[in-house]
Amino acid sequence: MSARARTQVPELARRSFVRTVRQPAQVVPAITFPLFLFAINAAGLDSAAELPGFPAPDYLTFILAVPFLQAGLFAVAGLGADLARDIETGFLDRLSLTPLSRSGLVSGQMAGTIALGVVQAVVFLTIGLAAGASFDTGAAGVAVLILLEIAIVFAFGLIGITAAFRFGNGEAVQGLFPVLFIFLFLSTMALPADLIEQDWFRTVATYNPVSYLFDGVRSLFYGGWDPAALAGAFGVAAGISAVFLPLAVRALNARVVRT
Amino acid sequence: MSERERAASIEVEGLVKQFKKGPRAVDGIDLHVEPGEIYGFLGPNGAGKSTTVLMLTTLLPPTAGSARVAGWDVAREGARVRESIGAALQEAALDPFLTAREHMRLQTALHGVPKSERVRLGDELIERVGLAEAADRKVKGYSGGMKRRLDLALSLVHGPRILFLDEPTTGLDPQSRASLWEEVERLAREDGVTVFLTTQYLEEADQLANRVGIIDRGQIVAEGTPAALKAQIGEPSLEAVPAEPEQRDAMAAVLAPFASDGDCVHHERGSVGVRLRGGDAALAEVVRALDAADVAVTSLQLHAPTLDDVFLAKTGRSLEGSGDGDGDGEDLDGDRPDGAAARPAGAPA
Amino acid sequence: MSARSRSVALGVAWRGLHNFFGNPSLVIPAVMFPLFFFAAFAGGLSNVANVPGFDFPEGYTTFQFVFVLIQASAFGGVFTGFAIARDFESGVGRRMLLAAPNRRALLGGYALVAAGRTVFVWALLTALGLLVGVEIAGGVAQVVGMYALAMLMTLTALLWAAGIALRFRSLQAGPLMQTPVFLIIFIAPVYVPLNLLTGWVHAAATVNPITAVLTAARDLIAGVPADVALAFGAALAMLAFFAVWALRGLRRAEAAGG
Ligand SMILES: Nc1ncnc2c1ncn2[C@@H]1O[C@H](COP(=O)(O)OP(=O)(O)O)[C@@H](O)[C@H]1O
Ligand SMILES: [Mg+2]
Repeated sequence: MSARARTQVPELARRSFVRTVRQPAQVVPAITFPLFLFAINAAGLDSAAELPGFPAPDYLTFILAVPFLQAGLFAVAGLGADLARDIETGFLDRLSLTPLSRSGLVSGQMAGTIALGVVQAVVFLTIGLAAGASFDTGAAGVAVLILLEIAIVFAFGLIGITAAFRFGNGEAVQGLFPVLFIFLFLSTMALPADLIEQDWFRTVATYNPVSYLFDGVRSLFYGGWDPAALAGAFGVAAGISAVFLPLAVRALNARVVRT
Repeated sequence: MSERERAASIEVEGLVKQFKKGPRAVDGIDLHVEPGEIYGFLGPNGAGKSTTVLMLTTLLPPTAGSARVAGWDVAREGARVRESIGAALQEAALDPFLTAREHMRLQTALHGVPKSERVRLGDELIERVGLAEAADRKVKGYSGGMKRRLDLALSLVHGPRILFLDEPTTGLDPQSRASLWEEVERLAREDGVTVFLTTQYLEEADQLANRVGIIDRGQIVAEGTPAALKAQIGEPSLEAVPAEPEQRDAMAAVLAPFASDGDCVHHERGSVGVRLRGGDAALAEVVRALDAADVAVTSLQLHAPTLDDVFLAKTGRSLEGSGDGDGDGEDLDGDRPDGAAARPAGAPA
Repeated sequence: MSARSRSVALGVAWRGLHNFFGNPSLVIPAVMFPLFFFAAFAGGLSNVANVPGFDFPEGYTTFQFVFVLIQASAFGGVFTGFAIARDFESGVGRRMLLAAPNRRALLGGYALVAAGRTVFVWALLTALGLLVGVEIAGGVAQVVGMYALAMLMTLTALLWAAGIALRFRSLQAGPLMQTPVFLIIFIAPVYVPLNLLTGWVHAAATVNPITAVLTAARDLIAGVPADVALAFGAALAMLAFFAVWALRGLRRAEAAGG
C-alpha cells in the first residue's frame, strides 16, 4: 500500500463504519434478527440433538454457526446498499475527484464492512457461549473463527460491490437478498448432510458451497480441530472471492470512468 | 503566458459527448475561460451543462474534441487536472450521516493534506462558509443552502486554482443564493480562482459572471460579457397583458406588425411579448393600435434587453420553460433524470 | 350492510386484487416465500420426525405443510396491510375516506383483498403439497375447518397490520407490521409438537394462542381433532381484539384527515 493509500483507506473505512452504526435501523436488525432466529431454532429444534448420529453435543451449539453466515449476508446488503447510495447521491463523484485510487475506494468500504462483521462475530460468540454453547478449540479457535468471518464477509461483500456497481441502485441490490437467502436455507444449516433424509435436499445441501462454510465454522465449536473442514470453508470463501473479484473490478471500471 | 496564468485557464475545442443510448448531449462546443474569470454557463434544463462539467472535471470521457483544464488534457492527464480543480457538482453530494467536520476530515485525508494541518484547515474552511455553529451536526439536518456551502468548502481543501460549480444555487432561497454568490465572488476576486459556473438563472449569470456562454441543445449559441450580449439585442421588449384572457390572440395580431422579428411570444403567465421595433418611441403607436382594435389592457411594460431576450433571439424560445432540449419544459428539477447511474454504462471507457 | 357500503367494499377489493395480480413484484414473493419455506422445512428437516416422542401420524411433510399454510395465511394479511399503508401514503386512502359513507366498508374491502390473495397462495401451496406427498386423513369438514382456521389467521393479521397502517399511514411502518407476526408465529411448535419443546420456548408456546390454532389445524388434517373448539375460540378472540384495534386506527386516520 502506498503512503497515500495508508491514510485514505482507514479514513474511508472509518466513514463506512461510522455511517452504518449511526443508522440503528440497519444495525439493530443485523444483530437482533440472527440472534432471535438462533434463540427460536436452538429451542425449537433442541430435540433434534437426540437423533442418532447427531454430531454436536447439543442443538444450540450446532445452530450457532448460522448467525456467523448471516453476518455475511448482512455484508452484501450493507455494503451494496451503501455503495449504491453513494452512486445515486453523487458522493462517488466527489470521491472520484480526489486522488483516491479505485482500489483504495473499494478497500476502504470493504474494511469498514469487515470491521462491522468482526463486531457481529464477537457479539454472536459471546452470546452463544453465555447461552451454553460448547467451544472446543480454545483461544486459537476464536482467532481462527474471526479470520474465517473476515474471509466470509470479504467474499460476500464482493458480491455486494459487484451488484452495486453493476446496477447502481439500492433496490436492485436488495433484490439479491432472496437469492442468497435460498443458498443459506438449502444447505446444512439446520441438520448435517448425513441426517438429511430427503435425497434431493441432501444432494443440494452437499454441493451447496454454503454448507462448507457451515462445516468450517462448526468444526471450531465441537469435535476438535478439523483441518479438512477449515480448508473447505476458507477454500469456498477464497473461491467466491476469486469469482467475484474480477467481476467487481469490471463493474467498478465501467462505473467510475474518470480519465 | 506565465506558468501561473496558464495554470488557471480552460480551453475547449470541438468537445462532443454522444451517449451510447441517448442524445448527443454536447455537440461540439468551443470555449475559453481566462484565469481569474467567472464564466457563467447558462442554459435550460437538459442543454448539456452538466455533461460538459463532467467532461471538464474528467469524470466522463469525451466522445470527440479536446479540452485543457489548467493546461492539462482532460482525456489524457486526468490526475493532473483533478489536482488543479475543485468541483461542487449538482445536488450537493454529501453523506447525511456525517457531520461537516467529519466530511472535512475525510476530504482533507483523501487529498493528502498533512495530518498536522487537517483539523486547522477544515475548521478554517467551515468557518469561512459560515457553518461553524453547525459543524458537529449531521448533514441530514442541514438546509439546502448549508449543504451547498459545505459542498463548496469541501471543494476548496486542496487549494484549487479552478472551481467548477454545477447549478450551485438551484432550489435555494434568495438569501442563501446571495450568500453563495458573495462567496464565489470573493474567491475570484481575492484568491484569483477561476470559476466555471453553470446556471439556469439569467439573473445569476448576469450578476455574477464576467462572461457568459449560452448553451442550448448541446451547442453554444452566444458568448460574451452580459453587457455585450444584451447590446447585440439592442431593442427593448414589450410585454402586454390583456384585460380579457380570450383577447390574447387579438392582442397578438395587433402587436405583430410592431415586432422587429415579426414574431409574438405567448408567455405562460398570460401576457404577450414582442421585441419592439423602433424602441420606446413606438410605444404610443402601440397603445393607439390596441385602442383602435378594442383590446383592453391591464398592464403594459417595457423591458430593457435581458439575457432571456438573448436566448430568445438565438433559439426562438424563452429560457424559462424550455427544458430538456425539446422545449416541453418537463422535468424541470430532475436533471440527469436517469441519475448518475446510467452514465458510465453508456459511456465509452 | 347497505348496498352503498357493499359497493365501496367491492370497489376497494377489486382495486386491491387488481393491483396485486397485475404486479409481478408483489405476486412472486407472495408465492415464492411459502413454497420455499415448505421446501426448506419439509425437505431439510424430515428426519426430525424420528426424534423419540414425535407423534404426528401423517409424517413430517404434512406436519410442515400445515405450519407453512398458517404462516402464509398470516402473511397474506400482513402484506395487505402494506397495501393499506401505501394507499394512505399516496393519498388514495384519503380519497377513499372521503368517498365512503360507511368507512368500515373500507376495511371490509381490504379484508376481501387479503382473503383473495390468501386463497390464491393456498391453491398453489396445496397443489405442491399434494404433489410431494402431503397426507390428508381428515374428512371434508375437518379440512374445511383447517382452512377456516387459516383464514381467521389472515383476517386477524390483516386487522393487526391495518391498525398499524392507519396509525402511521406510511410504508415505513412495514417492519412494525411484519416483525411481531413473524415472532409470534415462530414462538410456537414450528418444527416439533409442543410436547417436544423444552425450556423457555415450551413455556412461551404453551400460552401462545397461535399454538392452539396450529395444533388444531394439524389435528384436523390428520383426522384426529382435539381441542378444535379451543382453537376457534382463540382465533375468534384474537380477531375481535384486533378488529377493535383496527377500527380505532381508522378513527385516528379519519381524525388526521387521511
Ligand atoms: N448518462 C446519460 N445517458 C444518456 N443521456 C444522458 C445521460 N446524462 C445526461 N443525458 C442527457 O443529455 C442531455 C443533457 O443533459 P445534462 O448535461 O444533464 O443537461 P443540463 O445539465 O444542462 O440540464 C439531456 O437530454 C439528458 O437527458
Ligand atoms: Mg445539469
